[in-house]
Amino acid sequence: MPFGNTHNEWKLKYSAEDEYPDLSKHNNHMAKVLTQDMYARLRDKQTPSGFTLDDVIQTGVDNPGHPFIMTVGCVAGDEETYEVFKELLDPVIEDRHGGYKPSDKHKTDLNAGNLQGGDDLDPAYVLSSRVRTGRSVRGFALPPHCSRGERRGIEKLSIEALDSLSGDLKGKYYALKNMTEEEQQQLIDDHFLFDKPVSPLLLASGMARDWPDARGIWHNNNKTFLVWVNEEDHLRVISMQKGGNMKEVFNRFCTGLTKIESLFKERGHDFMWNEHLGYVLTCPSNLGTGLRAGVHVKLPNMSKQPQFEEVLKRLRLQKRGTGGVDTAAVGGVFDISNADRLGFSEVELVQMVVDGIKLLIEMEKRLEKGQSIDDLMPSQK
Amino acid sequence: MASSFTRLMSGRNKAVLLAGLGAGTMATGFLLSESSPLSADLKTKLYPPSSDYPDLRKHNNCMASALTPAIYAKLRDRVTPNNWTLDQTIQTGVDNPGHPFIKTVGCVAGDEESYEVFSDLFTPVIVDRHNGYDPKTMIHPTDLDASKITNGMFDENYVLSSRVRTGRSIRGLSLPPACSRAERREVERVVVTALAGLKDDLDHFLFDKPVSPLLTCAFMARDWPDARGIWHNNEKTFLIWINEEDHTRVISMEKGGNMKRVFERFCRGLKQVEHLIQERGWEFMWNEHLGYILTCPSNLGTGLRAGVHVRLPKLSKDARFSKILDNLRLQKRGTGGVDTAATGDTFDISNNDRLGKSEVELVQLLIDGVNHLIECEKKLEKGQDIKVPAPVAQFKK
Repeated sequence: MPFGNTHNEWKLKYSAEDEYPDLSKHNNHMAKVLTQDMYARLRDKQTPSGFTLDDVIQTGVDNPGHPFIMTVGCVAGDEETYEVFKELLDPVIEDRHGGYKPSDKHKTDLNAGNLQGGDDLDPAYVLSSRVRTGRSVRGFALPPHCSRGERRGIEKLSIEALDSLSGDLKGKYYALKNMTEEEQQQLIDDHFLFDKPVSPLLLASGMARDWPDARGIWHNNNKTFLVWVNEEDHLRVISMQKGGNMKEVFNRFCTGLTKIESLFKERGHDFMWNEHLGYVLTCPSNLGTGLRAGVHVKLPNMSKQPQFEEVLKRLRLQKRGTGGVDTAAVGGVFDISNADRLGFSEVELVQMVVDGIKLLIEMEKRLEKGQSIDDLMPSQK
Repeated sequence: MASSFTRLMSGRNKAVLLAGLGAGTMATGFLLSESSPLSADLKTKLYPPSSDYPDLRKHNNCMASALTPAIYAKLRDRVTPNNWTLDQTIQTGVDNPGHPFIKTVGCVAGDEESYEVFSDLFTPVIVDRHNGYDPKTMIHPTDLDASKITNGMFDENYVLSSRVRTGRSIRGLSLPPACSRAERREVERVVVTALAGLKDDLDHFLFDKPVSPLLTCAFMARDWPDARGIWHNNEKTFLIWINEEDHTRVISMEKGGNMKRVFERFCRGLKQVEHLIQERGWEFMWNEHLGYILTCPSNLGTGLRAGVHVRLPKLSKDARFSKILDNLRLQKRGTGGVDTAATGDTFDISNNDRLGKSEVELVQLLIDGVNHLIECEKKLEKGQDIKVPAPVAQFKK
């Protein structure tokens, strides 16, 4: 909650043992790491804006998780959270991001020219291509902790910056609270509209407070570039289009993102970034690049193969249903995207998707002809 | 990534932006010399209350009716002794605009002191919700002497079940929106220890995690199911809920129409629990203006809802039904409780009021009212006409 430290001074009157959450039925990254001793060491700390340990972990306490799916179970309330609570967050990050160490450096590369190929994904199989990331505006608290005034400040800055975009990026902002019925329906039809979060993972962290105040969607007139304001992160930036030209999608993504960053800088605001964590976002799972590059691709045969999961794992890809995270695939069409976020650059991650999808399509074609795919099996990237 | 020079520059530009948002010049001057992250203190200066005032234009709840920008500005930076803030008080009302026809309350207390520290908000809310009861000047009567009840046995051809519920808060511990895990566990310990002193054996089971956004937006579902539970006697005629929407909810109920016995058990059980916690140095939150202090302002005073499940097939179809209920100061709900629809012609009928009348007065009102409704039903069965009764008096001023 904004301005205060949520009752923390009062809580310190009770022992760490009395306050320590019951995590015995929990299966998330936070629960794996947070011992009672660690809780005792961190409980009297707070970030400069008053975010406390209990604020960080509340979502993980309230959502024990799933026996098969490992959620993160903690969030940041501001940039300093990752420093003040590093004793908890470093091991969470290491576990979530494939062994990424506190001393590791993350490389940022938004030079789309470095991507090889990607304009040649077979459109008979690839229905659409998309790249998304998030950005946080330095100096403002993050969605779990920001006040209404801060959230409105972010919206105001974003509108000013985005209104300055020109050429094929020129577009318009739609505030959620002022939207007409027609605008709303159009945005739904375009697959752009986000709704008030219903996931208990997000609600428990306080991100949906004051909905729909200062939330909105900006998109360009061509409907290929959009920005979500004040949903799970300050900004979510998305480039997408039908078909398989991932190179064009990524070009526009990098151009647009770089332009937006400079527009914010002109107004005196950096994005949250450091050389260890890369771009700083609300959920530790999105650190680094915050990037998910993916396609909707038809793999009816390949997806029925027993090796499908193994192939994806080796290619460092993950599958989702076509409704996004937590949905099922429909008609053999899958959302395939990079599994990693941190420790690889943007170019490296999109390259993995491009190369991986090409291979999967090749395998699909072999299976259509009744041929073997054994010689195509990749090694672990 | 930014050099210290560009950080200073960005600080300068940030200050200009924030001044545009209405920040004070003194605070922006401070920012020019510091490039440290914004502290909570600094933020309260840089973001004046006007920048934080919620957009309540589409809202219909008691909080939205009462919370002017001036009141918000006065109260925003106050905290109760337990560090509970105005923003936390009103969050549920900001997040749940309400319904065109149903006026919800839209604010909750985090502790006993909330009602005092934020009285500029709570007083008009209480006056609005409790039909003109003014907590600044009026005294609320408490009366748990069940022997005063008359005519408390209903015709069981019509009344299927009878129930009385209330809530109690343990003084010195924060309320469910605010409490830490340790405080919540303390509430559980205090009550369970007291219940161990009751003669009855009590079984324990768990109720469902709240799904109503009115409650979840008020932070009441945190840490579920830690320190929550229900204790009840073998016959399930006396139950205590722990740490749901209030520290405790106390319920007496049984099948049939013996409301007098239900209320007797209610009063006896309540007094026993109170006595047992007092033996250990605890007491319930109570004062002479607000009566028993509970989380939601709608439950202040007695916190008491006495009700029956009653069959009224003819009366419920009569056009005058709602008016009759209004005048008798009763409300109808479906048989699933609040926000449910009636099944068939069986209704949950209970008292409207909570504050300004004593427990005995409210239960007697319910009894007299339900008896009147049954008389109406019987008349309609015989083809006779009914009259709308005169409105029952409000509180004695």
